Amino acid sequence: MLGKLSWSVIPWNEPLPLLSGGVVVIVILAVLALVTIKGWWPYLWREWLTSVDHKRIGVMYVLLGLVMLLRGFADAIMMRTQQAIAVGDAQGYLPPEHYDQIFSAHGTIMIFFVAMPLVIGLMNFAVPLQLGVRDVAFPVLNSVSFWLTATGALLVNLSLVIGNFSRASWWGYPPLSGLEFSPDVGVDYYLWSLQISGIGTLLTGVNFVTTILKLRAPGMTYFRMPVFCWTALATNLLIVATFPILTATFVMLLLDRYLGMHFFTNDAGGNQMMYVNLFWAWGHPEVYILILPAFGIFSEVAATFSGKGLFSYRSMVLATLGICVLSLMVWLHHFFTMGAGADVNAVFGIMSTIIAVPTGVKVFNWLFTIFRGRVVFRTPALYLVGFMVTFVIGGLTGVLLAVPPVDFVLHNSAFLVAHFHNVIIGGVVFGVFAGYNYWFPKAFGFTLDERLGKAGFWCWLIGFYLAFMPLYGLGLMGMTRRLQHIAEPSWQPLLLVAEAGAIVIFVGVLCQIAQLYVSIRTRESRRDLTGDPWDGRTLEWATSSPPPAYNFAVLPRVETIDAFSEVKRRGLGRVEVTYEAIHMPRNSPTGFVTAFFAVVTGFALIWHIWWIVILGLLAAAVTILVFGWSDEREREIPAAEVAQMERARPGLGRAA
Amino acid sequence: MDRDDLPFYADRTPGVEEHEPTANVLSYTVGFALAVLATIASFVVAETDLLWPPGIAVGLVVLAIAQIGVHLVFFLHLGSGPESTNNILALTFGVLIVFLVIAGSLWIIANLDANMMPMPVH
Amino acid sequence: MATIGAVPIDLARGRGGGGPAPTRIVVAYGFWIFILSDMVMFSALFAAYAVLSGNTAGGPTGAELFDLRNVFIETMCLLLSSYTAGLGALSAERRQPGRFLIFAGLTFVLGAAFLFIEITEFAGMVRQGAGPSRSAFLSAFFTLVGTHGAHVAMGLLWLIYLVAQVIVKGLRPAVLRRLLCFSLFWHALDIVWVGVFTLVYLMGVQ
Repeated sequence: MLGKLSWSVIPWNEPLPLLSGGVVVIVILAVLALVTIKGWWPYLWREWLTSVDHKRIGVMYVLLGLVMLLRGFADAIMMRTQQAIAVGDAQGYLPPEHYDQIFSAHGTIMIFFVAMPLVIGLMNFAVPLQLGVRDVAFPVLNSVSFWLTATGALLVNLSLVIGNFSRASWWGYPPLSGLEFSPDVGVDYYLWSLQISGIGTLLTGVNFVTTILKLRAPGMTYFRMPVFCWTALATNLLIVATFPILTATFVMLLLDRYLGMHFFTNDAGGNQMMYVNLFWAWGHPEVYILILPAFGIFSEVAATFSGKGLFSYRSMVLATLGICVLSLMVWLHHFFTMGAGADVNAVFGIMSTIIAVPTGVKVFNWLFTIFRGRVVFRTPALYLVGFMVTFVIGGLTGVLLAVPPVDFVLHNSAFLVAHFHNVIIGGVVFGVFAGYNYWFPKAFGFTLDERLGKAGFWCWLIGFYLAFMPLYGLGLMGMTRRLQHIAEPSWQPLLLVAEAGAIVIFVGVLCQIAQLYVSIRTRESRRDLTGDPWDGRTLEWATSSPPPAYNFAVLPRVETIDAFSEVKRRGLGRVEVTYEAIHMPRNSPTGFVTAFFAVVTGFALIWHIWWIVILGLLAAAVTILVFGWSDEREREIPAAEVAQMERARPGLGRAA
Repeated sequence: MDRDDLPFYADRTPGVEEHEPTANVLSYTVGFALAVLATIASFVVAETDLLWPPGIAVGLVVLAIAQIGVHLVFFLHLGSGPESTNNILALTFGVLIVFLVIAGSLWIIANLDANMMPMPVH
Repeated sequence: MATIGAVPIDLARGRGGGGPAPTRIVVAYGFWIFILSDMVMFSALFAAYAVLSGNTAGGPTGAELFDLRNVFIETMCLLLSSYTAGLGALSAERRQPGRFLIFAGLTFVLGAAFLFIEITEFAGMVRQGAGPSRSAFLSAFFTLVGTHGAHVAMGLLWLIYLVAQVIVKGLRPAVLRRLLCFSLFWHALDIVWVGVFTLVYLMGVQ
């Protein structure tokens, strides 16, 4: 009746997951109770849950990512602590079957439910504004994308209290992830949550490629687009190009697990190496999907906080496109040691080294942008400098690992762990934090507290180096990744330094939480009245903070790169225009409802409750049919109302 | 209902008038006829000795690519005009991915299999 | 209120400077991108089939199982249905609902015939003990060809839904856009089938 579900799947006998899961459940119930008591549901439903506004959806993505960052970081602290104390005879506090779930969940959550939502959220918020248009190409699909991602996050977190998570790492290699060696629900939680959120991500890719190529303000030719939009284009092209590979790969593993097929089994002709091959054919472009938006953010930040235009816009665009195409041709470097031989390894090794070149071009461009600029060291600029130093180090170790003989020594060692955290934290995380501080005033109408922002930056920077530089050394000394117990006592000092680093990062996280809290409490003193707190260069700074739902009352006519800088340079002031009625998309519950049934269906698939699966799929089908029938998806904002909102606006950037 | 011409979020500013390449009965019929020919040719090539046997695979691939081209041009109206540029660029990108995934996987797995230890009979 | 728009400028035509594209173009392009992503998914399944096609685990091979006569009939059905779908699209664009409905009906019947032959083939193979859990080759075969068949089935359901919209709402612009998407989808499925019958069936019997 209820498939594999029973009361025993709740971890009554395991204090750690029981306690942490219990705390999470209580917190969630408390939040829901608070919302109910305060009567906020109608507001939440109308303004957020059913919103198809890219700005709202962007904020929700970022919120999801930041909350999941706390969960992923908790996993990290647990692992660091275990490795710091479980040395020699000491056994630590995490038995292997838990430790394995924790490193699997850490990777899965950080990549899919922290980094992806954060970069997608920032692209959602900023790209239509920078393009000078009112929304993305398919706003309802945008909402569906967000809610499907949230579904995946929910399913992963459910595994904490109901059942267990995968122990097969964030890759899920068979045969370990197959039915024979992982008969429990863990791998199914992993596969279904990623399949569901993967659909959302693919739809985002389609949405943004279409938006960037087909919806721009009049006069905005390709080479007048902001660089962030170019990196967003490259990112979303990669999403469209590679997420289907992951979908197919997971389908094959699911068919093995559910219908007894033999794609990746030990018997009947299965080939596990094909899984590894296909997984990384997606997996390598994925990391470029994460880093390219960060590069775009840093391009904007470098130009804005140096008070001058980005150095060599064209080479920046070409480098971006070059990285986009090259990233599709290097994936074998994730499995040099699987045994394809010298010829194959040499080709992919050389390609992996070549891809460092366009990134190097970008670094020089950022440097030359800052050079002789009037640099303002606000928090985003600090992250820029921290990024340039840190990412270059990480990139260098990457080029080192791209040499196959070196990789044969260092594959899956702590050196590798240090490398990818180096580029992900130094690149993606710092980029997201820079973007968060940069665009926060645009989204909410007041800036974030600077002192706490800087404190958070320094803690993250110092904490990162303390936590990960020792791992380079440990890797060279022979330590592999994912160790639940350390047999070699001489490694402990470095592991203790790494633990200290994790604690410093934790302080940084506290600073950031405090920054948000303090900023909200003291927001009146930091109101952004002009809409342009940083003397920005691109079109989003031409709107009020926050922008009206329609972004621009009249679509801007663009003549140059850095269109808003051009406006300010020409000293354009107030001009009277006649306003027309604006048509905007109506809110839609489609996304939320689809996600609800996705949660139900996904959970039922994991636990083999077939009748609920059928009902859930039928419900999803009905939702699609209902949505697919309607033609009336627009609402009109009358011209008078537009005029009123525009005239109420305090000023236009710094030109007013 | 001329509002349907413009996205709800655009002004009524003059946009570029985009015309699709001519879709008409002739183009569909010609395309269909060519595709039928290519299909028959494929089956003939596969089942007879018309082609030198080692060349059958190549012949089949060539015919398949030709038929796909017929579909793209005559059914999907992928033309060479400026309004098709984005479509063709997207298609090229897609073809690149398909090639990398299939050819790359075949090359990699062939090399991996060649280096595998011999399997015990079971 | 200042808008950055009051300055007269030339609307850099070409090089993408013409402003937001019409809805029809936006929808068609978005769906084209989605189709290409679907092609990538098929390519991963093709790659898996290509790699695993020799792994028959002592079980039946393609040469032993495939009946090329049926495959030829299936292929002709699907190809003809692409033709009728195209003529249906023309009728819709020319605002001829009657002719559209006829061609839609033909497309449906031909697509259903394709599915019928395919399902019969699958059932026969399973009965012989050559189901998807027999060997890696068969897993890959059933998944690749079955996924294509599932797409065809989805397409037929979608076609019914669109026919209902045409009957109830008429050939208005929103409905025409959806028909355009269906056409793209249906022709793309025939393109995938060209790959399937060539690489799976015709090469499989060599």
